Amino acid sequence: MDRRNFLTITGLTAAGLMIPLPGRLIAAEALADGRIEVAVKKALADRALTAATAAGASYCDVRIGRYLNQFVVTREDKVQNIVNTESIGAGVRVIANGTWGFAATDSLTPDAIAAAAVQAVAIAKANSIIQTEPVQLAPVKGVGEVSWATPIKKNAMEVPVKDKVDLLLSANAAALAAGANFVNSTLFLVNEQKYFASTDGSYIDQDVHRIWVPMQVTAVDQASGKFRSRSGFGSPMGMGYEYLDADPAERVEMPGGAVSYRHSYNIVEDAAAAARQAREKLTAPSVKPGKYDLVLDPDHLWLTIHESVGHPLELDRVLGYEANFAGTSFATLDKRESGFRYGSDLVTLFADKTQPHSLGAVGYDDEGVPTKRWDLVKDGILVDYQKIRDQAHILGQDASDGCCYADSWSSVQFQRMPNVSLAPGKKALTPEQMIADVEDGIYIIGNGSFSIDQQRYNAQFGGQLFYEIKDGKITGQIEDVAYQIRTPEFWNACTAICDESDYRIGGSFFDGKGQPSQSSAVSHGSSTARFNGINVINTARSLG
Amino acid sequence: MAMFNESEARAILEKTIGFSNADECTASLNGGIEGNVRFARNTVSTSGLVDETTLAVQVAFGKRVGTATINRFDDASLERVVRRAEELARLAPENEEFMPAVDKQDYTATPTFVQATADITPEFRSRVAADSIKPCRDENLVAAGFLSDTRGFVATANSKGNFGYQTLTSMDYTCTVRTADDAGSGWVARNLADASKFDAGREIRTAISKAKGSAEARALEPGKYTVVLEPAAVSGLLMFMLFGFDARQADEGRSFLSKKGGGNRLGEKLFDERVNAFADPSNTDVPVLPWDGDGLVRNRRPIIENGVVRHLNYSRYWAKKQGIDPVPQPGNIIMAGGDKTTEELVASTRRGILVTRTWYIRMVDPQSVLLTGLTRDGTFYIENGEVKYPVKNFRFNESPVIMLNNIEELGKTIRINAGAGVGGGQGIAMMVPAMKVRDFTFTSLSDAV
Repeated sequence: MDRRNFLTITGLTAAGLMIPLPGRLIAAEALADGRIEVAVKKALADRALTAATAAGASYCDVRIGRYLNQFVVTREDKVQNIVNTESIGAGVRVIANGTWGFAATDSLTPDAIAAAAVQAVAIAKANSIIQTEPVQLAPVKGVGEVSWATPIKKNAMEVPVKDKVDLLLSANAAALAAGANFVNSTLFLVNEQKYFASTDGSYIDQDVHRIWVPMQVTAVDQASGKFRSRSGFGSPMGMGYEYLDADPAERVEMPGGAVSYRHSYNIVEDAAAAARQAREKLTAPSVKPGKYDLVLDPDHLWLTIHESVGHPLELDRVLGYEANFAGTSFATLDKRESGFRYGSDLVTLFADKTQPHSLGAVGYDDEGVPTKRWDLVKDGILVDYQKIRDQAHILGQDASDGCCYADSWSSVQFQRMPNVSLAPGKKALTPEQMIADVEDGIYIIGNGSFSIDQQRYNAQFGGQLFYEIKDGKITGQIEDVAYQIRTPEFWNACTAICDESDYRIGGSFFDGKGQPSQSSAVSHGSSTARFNGINVINTARSLG
Repeated sequence: MAMFNESEARAILEKTIGFSNADECTASLNGGIEGNVRFARNTVSTSGLVDETTLAVQVAFGKRVGTATINRFDDASLERVVRRAEELARLAPENEEFMPAVDKQDYTATPTFVQATADITPEFRSRVAADSIKPCRDENLVAAGFLSDTRGFVATANSKGNFGYQTLTSMDYTCTVRTADDAGSGWVARNLADASKFDAGREIRTAISKAKGSAEARALEPGKYTVVLEPAAVSGLLMFMLFGFDARQADEGRSFLSKKGGGNRLGEKLFDERVNAFADPSNTDVPVLPWDGDGLVRNRRPIIENGVVRHLNYSRYWAKKQGIDPVPQPGNIIMAGGDKTTEELVASTRRGILVTRTWYIRMVDPQSVLLTGLTRDGTFYIENGEVKYPVKNFRFNESPVIMLNNIEELGKTIRINAGAGVGGGQGIAMMVPAMKVRDFTFTSLSDAV
């Protein structure tokens, strides 16, 4: 992210979300128009493909992108900021002398894009002198001229700013009325209009939409000096503004009284609940450290899946390409060969770039490969990784999984995590039934702090709400909970997974990887799951 | 886009401001070139050059504010970006916390530009990669690393006559070296103002030595240990604490710097009296721009003095509301250290753990700044003043506030991070010392190498 501008958008210096702001800022009305005609993009792409081939490229792909963001930032009864950004340009990637080359330009003229193609070939040829591993691309059949769009019902970019401000301020007011001292809420919209063309004969036009409404509600007890926050339970989604319609059919009431949301979020209701729960946290008893059976809600478990399954099964990490930054992986190739037991028999973890409402859903990835679903861990056994065209041969396979992504026209595409999810249990089981069977446990909802080592063995996770379970019943909130795991032991301790009626997705806009770092948005689904005998620590400290 | 010199930048900014019909207008130009080379598995993987210059314009009608940016600088584009900002400002609700642009300031140039760093070529980057890879290949080790360098400029002006211009450079190198059997891993990082002082062939020896020395690590019981933290290990922990040096959060009761019953702990002794840190934009080892994000003149100022908190960040709004003068936001933090090398800190340690770096640090509880994270790329057991053997990595759960009360000894201070700049690092520039600390809390073992 070195070359990105950053903005602390929430006004909370310590807890502030650092939001990358690529591109230039534009007026609100420009978000709804300004699309580049497909015919124009095709002509530009053809010019680049021709120029690259003439310069000696054996392969070329072109991505012409228009990336839009909108942020509406509020705290309590104030609007702090409204920002619109737009970034337009083209990236050209080539193979010459068996080596990748990449160049990008923000000038969308035929001459500029041809010059970028020629420059990419020159870079490839220059680097080929020290290249020791020539690129081998898995074949992909050209798909001709096609298009794909996120199936949204309401384009959030076209909703008036006033409606957005009113909704956020209503949520803030509800939190304050319910006992919060402070509340920060932000609306964050993404629209990627991206066009891909390659010498394989593909011309793919895609229109991708994402929405996220992060919120933090804080309660303070000034007399004791104690403060506690609860984050909102809205998830970032691959949806339009319809996600904020508060459809009661998508509301999920959970054991203990907390409420989660499937594909429609009621931010006003959640803000009030967050205020009440944050205030309860101020006086909740502190956890006694030890081994507990954990019941993990999907709003929490997505992040554990992300860190302990999504990342270690990225093939570039396994091979060492990320060794200097994100790290490598414990899930080495020999483990796949030997049928490594990643989890218990109940555990099937699948990758999926087609899942509706998910952040990773697209029709085609950023090297023109149609997306799909595939298993990574099947019935507890490690069976596969996440791979793209230049990696498939390493596993003796002849096709990419379709999980290549670049966060901008100016960034080179590389292997990124698809949505990785835990398959629901096959037997009928509700969270209430699961909890009724737990003698001494903790029910965790929402994601808190998270940290994992560079090979993805040792992780520690917090949460938003922690409910003590005694003899099958929830007794109330407890505080200062974090659990520590060793990845294979954790997944082998999975003894029950609720059925698909409980399946929900969480996710992140900001999965970071690569140098310079790129951000990717990814979702992870699951039903509530139980893990026996997990080590819980108490995180309370006194500064005297 | 070429680097604009001072008169070119001034001409663009003045023309831009001249187009504005708003009550006030601030314009800034930020441009530069970032070059990089990335390598892994003992071969170059990617190499790039990004050249970007952006003009940002903020206008205000009363308390309604709009911002727009553009990357073209002809007259029509300059006028268009001003009109866009004005349109957005007219649509925006009133910002009750709006603060007018600063009056004309008097900036004193700081030494943020070093010619040798600006002169880095693709051949230089390629040589750094080769000098890192070859010695590793010769010893059956595997190198993965990244070199990134920038040269650029920043210019700012407003309709009240304020103007500032300065050029900047930066260079950051990291390399991880692993044994071919994945049993050992070492790391080295150098962040320098002057690229002519950089020698990858020399630096890589540190990572090689740690990679070879960390193989066959033994498991020690987690618990409280005396630790010798190298500066890179210290910086991650301090960074999180310094993010919390915010007056508004403290005054609102939601910070470790909040005072029970209200107010903040500015002026209180919270750390060991050997803890001293200050900001100084002119420091030659880690210079930063002479103005902050609001255009206020940065000055040398104490942050922590003999363990006493001497500075909190105030936004201009919060300073006004609290009835105090505006406080410039520091761009760097220099923590004072001692004369000892890391080896000398080890030599005076009877029993402890030497930590090369810390990794994946996250806030667990902002109430106490409890942080969790792990050791990585070289963790060793110390006994009777000597490094005895490598140990498995640990997860820690520790508060830097507690850590800075448990100091045994401070080592030499080095530059860690160039901070925010043109295409450069993020956050605040830092110089920190190596540190020997007692009772550092490790809570579990990691099998990761």
